[in-house]
Amino acid sequence: MLGGLYGLIGLGLGLSWGLLGQINLAHFAFVFLSAYLSFQISTTFGINPWWSLILLPPLFFVLGAGIHATIRRFKITAFNSLLLTFGITVIIDALIQWIWTADFRKLESSYSNSKVEIFGIYFPYAESFSFAISVICAGAVYWVMKKTDMGKAVRAIAQDPEMATAYGINQKFISMCLAGFCTALACVAGICVSLIFTLNPSQLYTWIGVVFAVVMLGGLGSAFGPILAGMLIGISESITMVFIAPSWAPIVSFTLLIGLLLFRPDKI
Amino acid sequence: MHLNRPILNILILGVILATIPWLGLSAFWLSFLYIILYWSVLTLSWNVFSGYSGYFSFGHGAFFGIGIYTVAYMCGQLEHDFLPMVALGGALSGVAGVVLGAIVFRVKRVRGELFALLTLAVTFIISTIVLNTPIDGGPGVYLNSVQVPKIGPNSPATFYLLILILFITALLISKLVSNSKLGAALFAIHDDEDAAEVMGVPTFKTKLIALFISSALAGIAGGIHAVFVSYVTANEVFSINVPLFVVLMSILGGARHWAGPALGALVITSLQYVFTIGDNALFGKMVLGVILILVILFKPSGFLGNRAKKEVKNDAKKIAESYGVNLESVHPHTETYFHVDHKSSNHSSHPKERTHNPEHGHHHWHANPEILLQAQDLCMAFSGLKVLQNLNLEIYRGEILGLLGPNGSGKSTFINVISGHYKPTAGVLSFNGINITDLKAHEIAQHGIARTYQIPRPFANLTVFENTRLVASFARNISLSAATPFAIEALEKVGLQAKIDSIPQDLNLHQRKFLEFARALAAKPKLLMLDEVLSGLTPSEIQSAIDLILDIKAQGTTILFVEHVMSAVMALADRVAVINYGQLLAKGDPQEVMRNEDVITAYLGKKLEHA
Repeated sequence: MLGGLYGLIGLGLGLSWGLLGQINLAHFAFVFLSAYLSFQISTTFGINPWWSLILLPPLFFVLGAGIHATIRRFKITAFNSLLLTFGITVIIDALIQWIWTADFRKLESSYSNSKVEIFGIYFPYAESFSFAISVICAGAVYWVMKKTDMGKAVRAIAQDPEMATAYGINQKFISMCLAGFCTALACVAGICVSLIFTLNPSQLYTWIGVVFAVVMLGGLGSAFGPILAGMLIGISESITMVFIAPSWAPIVSFTLLIGLLLFRPDKI
Repeated sequence: MHLNRPILNILILGVILATIPWLGLSAFWLSFLYIILYWSVLTLSWNVFSGYSGYFSFGHGAFFGIGIYTVAYMCGQLEHDFLPMVALGGALSGVAGVVLGAIVFRVKRVRGELFALLTLAVTFIISTIVLNTPIDGGPGVYLNSVQVPKIGPNSPATFYLLILILFITALLISKLVSNSKLGAALFAIHDDEDAAEVMGVPTFKTKLIALFISSALAGIAGGIHAVFVSYVTANEVFSINVPLFVVLMSILGGARHWAGPALGALVITSLQYVFTIGDNALFGKMVLGVILILVILFKPSGFLGNRAKKEVKNDAKKIAESYGVNLESVHPHTETYFHVDHKSSNHSSHPKERTHNPEHGHHHWHANPEILLQAQDLCMAFSGLKVLQNLNLEIYRGEILGLLGPNGSGKSTFINVISGHYKPTAGVLSFNGINITDLKAHEIAQHGIARTYQIPRPFANLTVFENTRLVASFARNISLSAATPFAIEALEKVGLQAKIDSIPQDLNLHQRKFLEFARALAAKPKLLMLDEVLSGLTPSEIQSAIDLILDIKAQGTTILFVEHVMSAVMALADRVAVINYGQLLAKGDPQEVMRNEDVITAYLGKKLEHA
């Protein structure tokens, strides 16, 4: 079930990597920023955490598009954009520690302990919901990419931005929208994180390895790849937790990734 | 001589800094100096690989951490001696770097990004291992009881002097590497890795060596630091601070200058200190993030970026002068100087003479048809798309073979396969009696095959001189200094001697094309493959290029010549071969081949049936 969430984070990261050629390290920072904001919204106003799903993504959309505009404005190379987003990550990390301190935070909602029964197995409500959102997002991305003109334009830009522009595609606008959309996906993922996990700023970095493995395993710019890869890793981690020890779980994704690199280096 | 002066300066700096502990400074200030030097070492070591080659590592914390925990475990828990364990830590992290590199660098696409992210992930993996094994186990390790051999008047002085030795070593390594063949290879990898490999640079090996040096230095620094802080925890050691600081310091100081990282470390550490005494560590972190962003936006080459460029230019100029190249001898107006050159170079290989007397050229290879390169049933397919299909073609020693074919017929792919950039899907390539089918691109280059690129691919941050010398050095497998005369000779031959200290972006198109020539010539290849060298040149530039090609041939170099400028092909080629859809259509005498029905059909389409 956790795999769906890995996949959701990986989906946004993989889209911007595969289609815009930018590795957005700040993606993780956005996930956690959104998680903390969602936590804040529901504790301060005492409203249902699902309201965050309506309120936050548009904000993050603007944020992502803005950062993308900056990167374009200064004609930053792919590599320097990695460093730039690293800088953003550090700032957001410090910001989170400053505002919410390094203490553990847990969003208490009525959903925390409720469960859903599917095929006779009980799943925690929040996790099932996250999983459903992941699949919906992946499905939406897949549909947009394959069926709509917008999707075709995006794929054309990924192939050859200059030719795409020559054929009348507003490359600048579409790239900005895509960057914004990826950040909005990070925001949605963050809201799910806040429902499931106890929040702590240091988690920000521990997710990088897992999600990165998800993206590499699932394929850059793919819609369903990251979800499947996320589930694969999620299941492998659960098995490790049960049969070896929970603290060894972070190594699983890395091992899978190294295995991929060793045996299928051309598939990356 | 000028190369040795900075090294002398570094040593003098070392001696001066070594006297500080005896000046009666308080322990606090000694520790502060220690911290500056310690960060300098980490940054310098990071820069030797990542800064020079452009492969950014976010995993320097991992290598440094391996050093720390080697000492923490072996000395703190098992009570081994300090210094040997510091060395062991260095060796272990060096090996870890090489293993990681060997895995990542096999991947062809997105190697750079993959390396950056994987190194970041490795940090947390090692942290997990340390936490889950007796090495740390969670609570951290105390190192108070470790005996450090005493040097200097007191304990802070001991650490200061230890790290000073390492700092001077790192600075020397940084300087020496930047002037060495290894450094040249790293800079070439930074600018255009694929081209570097094809020109004879063993890129895989180069990266692993540099990564070993880099991670080993970090490991040693970690070992010393472990005892300095005397209490280590996994969360501190493997935090994001190490890679953040190291990257920031290096970029800020100037990653291409050997002293840039040290300068960056000095500035950032001092800044950090200001924030720490103000008890604003978190705020400081934020400021560092902002600085990183601002530097990348407004000054991506760092404080010493311009200085690095200037030094490289000066080096090129000095070497050129020491070889008696008069930089002012040629009129700097590039539009005219080829005309001057053309008129003055009135040797036997005048084009008119040659083209009017084709018997002469033909005789040469008819009398002695020794095969230099042979392609047998060569196939190349890109995931199903067959670009070369059972191609059989031989090139005779000493000839100029013109390779023709419509766009997309497989000409450039043929060159790419011979040069080893692509590995053929089937078939055999033999060169000079050796089977080169399975050799790596740089090995093929060292056997004597050079190429030029249709769109010139110079190493963008190296001078014209360095571009040429680098290729001469790697293709001939000789040292940089031994390659210098060959580089100068090649540049004089193509008439670029006045541009010896320019960087490629200051050259116009035909100068870049001639730089391609110069690099290929400096390699002194047995077989030179020219990929559309004439396209985009003006008629007078084409004439000087043709002169040059004939001149190269006269020296015994065999030439494979891909070209669309038909008049040039007919003037130059001893034989031509025409390929279409990756198959050989015709080969032989230029005049005859051009009358061949199949060839005409391939270029102009089928004739209409006469009514």
